[in-house]
Amino acid sequence: MTTRPPVRYRIITASLLTIAAIYFLVPVYWLIVSATKSSADLFGTFGFWFSDHPRPVDHLLDVLTYDHGIYVRWFGNSLLYAGIGAVCATLLSAAAGYALAKFPFRGREAIFNAVLAGVLIPGTALALPLYFLFSSMGLSNTYWAVLIPSVVSPFGVYLCRIYAAAAVPDSLLEAARIDGAGEARIFAALSLRLMTPALVTVFLFQFVHIWNNYFLPLVMLSDSDLYPIQLGLTSWTGYADRQPVLYQYTVGGAFLSVVPLMVLMTVLQRYWRTGLTEGSVKA
Amino acid sequence: MSRETLSRPEPVTPRRRTPQRRRPTSRRPSRTEARNARAAAGFVLPFLALFALCFIAPIVYAVHQSLHKTERTGPLGLGGQEHEAFAGLANYAHALSDDRFLTGFGRVLLFGAVQIPLMIALATTLALLLESAAARGVTFFRSAFFLPYGVPGVIASILWGFLYVPGISPLVKIADAIGWDLDFLSRGTVLWSIANIVTWQFTGYNMLVLIAQLKAVPEELYEAARIDGASAWQVARHIKLPLIRPALVLTTVFSIIGTLQLFAEPMVLRPLASSIDSGFTPNLHAYSEAFVGNNQHVAAAEAVLLALVACVLSFGFLRLVGGGKERR
Repeated sequence: MTTRPPVRYRIITASLLTIAAIYFLVPVYWLIVSATKSSADLFGTFGFWFSDHPRPVDHLLDVLTYDHGIYVRWFGNSLLYAGIGAVCATLLSAAAGYALAKFPFRGREAIFNAVLAGVLIPGTALALPLYFLFSSMGLSNTYWAVLIPSVVSPFGVYLCRIYAAAAVPDSLLEAARIDGAGEARIFAALSLRLMTPALVTVFLFQFVHIWNNYFLPLVMLSDSDLYPIQLGLTSWTGYADRQPVLYQYTVGGAFLSVVPLMVLMTVLQRYWRTGLTEGSVKA
Repeated sequence: MSRETLSRPEPVTPRRRTPQRRRPTSRRPSRTEARNARAAAGFVLPFLALFALCFIAPIVYAVHQSLHKTERTGPLGLGGQEHEAFAGLANYAHALSDDRFLTGFGRVLLFGAVQIPLMIALATTLALLLESAAARGVTFFRSAFFLPYGVPGVIASILWGFLYVPGISPLVKIADAIGWDLDFLSRGTVLWSIANIVTWQFTGYNMLVLIAQLKAVPEELYEAARIDGASAWQVARHIKLPLIRPALVLTTVFSIIGTLQLFAEPMVLRPLASSIDSGFTPNLHAYSEAFVGNNQHVAAAEAVLLALVACVLSFGFLRLVGGGKERR
């Protein structure tokens, strides 16, 4: 057994970690406190403490009902983009990664190299040309404009290939083929199941990636009914100068959108960890 | 691509054997091989088609756009028919002679040179502290540090914007009370206020990547070092740091790419800070070129330049750290 580190070290470590925790948590704390305040209180009271009459429920209901419930619509849009986008991206990546790992065919390495280059291309550098392209095809300002680019995840393909190469044994595939199973069936019934941990990771990555994406919807969409939440909230802050109640709605809206994701993040922490190791260590 | 980080798995059939593999094929394509190719195509093509549409086509289109300009044939160049004409490198020349575009580039480079090392150092310190034997409450701290990653960039910027803007910000109020004239949004400070937002968001994520790699190191290695009398500091400096090098490279490269794309933060803070103009970052410049200046061709040239610089910098960094070292 190792000896316990001296008290001095433990105190230094604990204080450094505490200072860091304060830095990371203070803005979140501010958001929670401020979600209970009216616009007047946002300006009039001290930001790190509650006002004399906190009314969190009323304020949050105001956010949800403002402008015929546009906030709920934005939330739904975000869920649609991120949910459907991430599911499709995961399936497409799984199939492609599996094929790249398990089927020797000509051009395989070339495809894989193109995919790897795709990982390193800055997404926003692609967004503008993609907008020009989509608007020339009449696709801009539709749900498709955000959904289609969201289902392509080069990183997902990369991860799935690495994972499939390690987790799907060739002998199992051979056995299934000898038993007369078709390739599609082998993939759906056997390989997908063996690849599940990688698929969870790809799904999470892509979900958060789409949920957080701002540039793509910003250039693609002009109809506020199609906005995801981020875009909607920035349109509120843009008007807040003229309509101060929007400060309160922005804070409330930010609070409502952040809470579910932070819960998800904390609960699913271990999947992130395993997923990231796949990329850097296992290879 | 770095050998250590994004290295690819060994091909099932090493390239050297290809000629031998062909021999039976040229005689008679075996049934399994044909079946293989068909199945593989079925699996890869859906992804490949969309990859071509969303990655390759925009690049080709952007390069094409950047080499052309719009010309109008009507009187005085107004109205009439619009048509595209080849412009050579004129759009690139235009972008590169635009002071504000270049200043924006300089700004994000300065930003990256300061913010990335700071963030990576902070992430490394936190990872080492959490993984040291002296730490208590590890799960709580790890979650607390990772939490901001769940806050989208736009929301993080709105949030910090409220903490920066005088009138609402409790931080400014506290500074006022102790007689410190704090201005987060002045010409000189706003870039670092943005750096703070980015650091706040991504330190925890980078820390998790580093912790993952630390955990992959066999425990016996630490044990052996401790038995040999190495102090906690020596173990961290001489064993842990070299071992997490691949993860450090990975996080740095992704940070470089992220920094060059800087957009959401300045865009959101713009209404609050007059010091942020429409050319504050290259991305912001390209965006306003396309949607305010209505000049798609120059915007395309700027997007191409941005992608090129990102490639050069990230590959350059990979070479720099991987240079001359065969690690396999």
